[in-house]
Amino acid sequence: MRHRTPQAWLFLTPFVVFYVAFMIGPTVWMFFASFFHTSTVHSGLGPFAGLDNYLEMFGRADFWSALWHTLQFTLYTVPPLVILSFVMAVLTNRVARGQWFFRLAFFLPFILPSATISLIWVFVFTPSTGLWSLPARMVGLEPGAGILSDPSTAMIGIAIATIWWTIGFNFVLFLAGLQDIPRELYEAAAVDGATPWQQIVRLTVPLLNRTTGLVILLQIIASLKIFDQVYLMTEGGPGISTQVALGLITDTAFTSNRIGAASAASVLLFLIILVIAIIQQVVSRVGTAREEGS
Amino acid sequence: MRNRPPRAAPVRSVESPAISRRRLFGAGALAASTLTVAGCSTPLAAGLLGTQLDPEVIVYWNLFGGGDGVRMQDMETAYREEYGESSLQATTLTWGNPYYSKLTLATVGNQPPDVAVAHLTRAKPLWTGGILDPITEKDLAGVGLTTEDFNAQAWKAQVTDGQNIAIPLDTHPFTLFYNKEVCDQAGLLDADGLLVDLTGMDAFEAALAEISAVTEGLAITVANVAETSTPWRFFWTLYNQLDAATPFLEDDGATISVDEESFLEVMGRIQSWVDQGWLNSALDYATSQTTMFTGGSGFYLQGEWEISTAQSIDGLEFGMAPIPQLYDRQAVQADSHTFILPRKDRSPEQRQQAMEFIKAMLEQSFTWAEGGHVPSYMPAFESAEYQALEPQKYYAASADYAVYDDPAWYGGSGSTFESTVGAQLGLVQQGVLTPEQALQAIRAQLEIYTSTPSPL
Repeated sequence: MRHRTPQAWLFLTPFVVFYVAFMIGPTVWMFFASFFHTSTVHSGLGPFAGLDNYLEMFGRADFWSALWHTLQFTLYTVPPLVILSFVMAVLTNRVARGQWFFRLAFFLPFILPSATISLIWVFVFTPSTGLWSLPARMVGLEPGAGILSDPSTAMIGIAIATIWWTIGFNFVLFLAGLQDIPRELYEAAAVDGATPWQQIVRLTVPLLNRTTGLVILLQIIASLKIFDQVYLMTEGGPGISTQVALGLITDTAFTSNRIGAASAASVLLFLIILVIAIIQQVVSRVGTAREEGS
Repeated sequence: MRNRPPRAAPVRSVESPAISRRRLFGAGALAASTLTVAGCSTPLAAGLLGTQLDPEVIVYWNLFGGGDGVRMQDMETAYREEYGESSLQATTLTWGNPYYSKLTLATVGNQPPDVAVAHLTRAKPLWTGGILDPITEKDLAGVGLTTEDFNAQAWKAQVTDGQNIAIPLDTHPFTLFYNKEVCDQAGLLDADGLLVDLTGMDAFEAALAEISAVTEGLAITVANVAETSTPWRFFWTLYNQLDAATPFLEDDGATISVDEESFLEVMGRIQSWVDQGWLNSALDYATSQTTMFTGGSGFYLQGEWEISTAQSIDGLEFGMAPIPQLYDRQAVQADSHTFILPRKDRSPEQRQQAMEFIKAMLEQSFTWAEGGHVPSYMPAFESAEYQALEPQKYYAASADYAVYDDPAWYGGSGSTFESTVGAQLGLVQQGVLTPEQALQAIRAQLEIYTSTPSPL
């Protein structure tokens, strides 16, 4: 640290300028604006609001429902995205020949933009003519209004699209972690008579602990940030049954022109994500400590 | 979901007091490159330098898709033929809340279009927010327009705070589409094959009963599932036909002033039609159309713009009529597409040019009217050509008693207000809520908006 020179700052400047202008600056502004009746169409912060914006958000049923939908989406997507990607990585790692094909196939959807995957899945879920309607009818499901038009299933539809889309990222992280595990360990275990299942449970899972922790944390944060797919696939509908926190914030800021109220909601969401991240860290620390202790 | 890299910021050359050799060279290269780019006055250079696009070019934003979009493009082409290929830069954006957000942000960011389209009811909150330049009598006179050139109802509706805020292109009322085959069997067509006069609740309900006997089911379809605007249009039309009707909102949206008795009367009536089996209890936008097109019902209510869809159905014999007067007076929900001048520093020449563009569009009102909209520009409305246009001419008069949504900072076509209220009205039609419950839910859900100060 003592060796930091003015030149270092010079090299950092281009990045820092953008980071301050587009990240730190707006974030600080957001904290201030949340205490004012700031409007999109007027310059400046506007009249002082005190805690009004926060109190309003606490009292709004649609704010709580948007938070719940965000959490609901997180609950729907995080377990499959972590477990399925782990399974896929383990299986791919065992493939001797043509591994590149599986790596490519599982990762490919991830490179698509959210607009593209949303379109694809809206087509898939089109009532009565979509791809999904055929297997749905074969297992005896009512076609009805379609998965995305029914308030009780719309979020599941969005979750399925998201899992298909982003699983490749976690898959790659797990695969990299797997390839770091020395082969000798497996050979030793095999010599000791461990079955493949025992090898996975006793060797792979514990040795991947750090990767798993990272994947879970990244995944929770990514899922809490859900916006694109909801906006593109259902626009928060039917009604407000899939409206998520960021959707509500966008509507408040840019449709209702109420930057102040939207800032308050953003601050609350920021705090929630922070708390969840801290809890996750604490839990994984405790887990690691207990393991090392035993 | 995941972060995308931020967009590159506009590059500006900065004057620096202490210029090193290397920076001088760099600045020179940058200046040289910007000069060449600016010389072409491309949109790219204008965007990078924050300068105005060639001031001779009219930048025009609109929100027209579908048949309207095609017709608007024809009108733009005609303008280009007269004023030169590069005289107009037209951008079409998706309609709805995001359109007005973009317009607002572009204006606040000092990069608005020269002319934009807005719904009349949405121009009001834009005006309140200081997004619009008023249009003066001098502007109008400069291109030979006067107040009398416009439909009186639409013109009156756009005047706000004593100023002209928008120039109406059309009025688009809620209308009645009817299936001629079904109505013929029900004995509801006159000698010319047109729908007979159905003024008065008794006559209308008798007609519904007759149609229902023919179709052995529905008589009239009005979309109410996954659709919030249509239930609102339906309600607002019938409600305003009552003498006791008051505005739904007052004080720019701070007060809910709806007349409860009238609300309950209209929604009770709608529910009774569903109970009789005349009106659908749950149909989405597209199915409410196809049901009537295929003879599953006789009447179908929607804005006149669906004329293009109806005309595209092979073998469909349909007619259009104004929504009959069922209660005390004539009224129909409507809005207008208007031209607005977003707030901007303009030279007198640029103002004149923008007005000329608007005038050129108004003069092509007939092209526009083929898509169903009733022209607001009276010379076009009164032309023999339009007066002979079928089925447009049969409902054109309803523009004269059009009722617009009440001004509110969260109101207007496709707004938060319409979607909040429309959703509850749709549920009444579905039989999920009683009219009383719907009114209670509307009051509760609008409370967020009535109790917070307008951000405009």
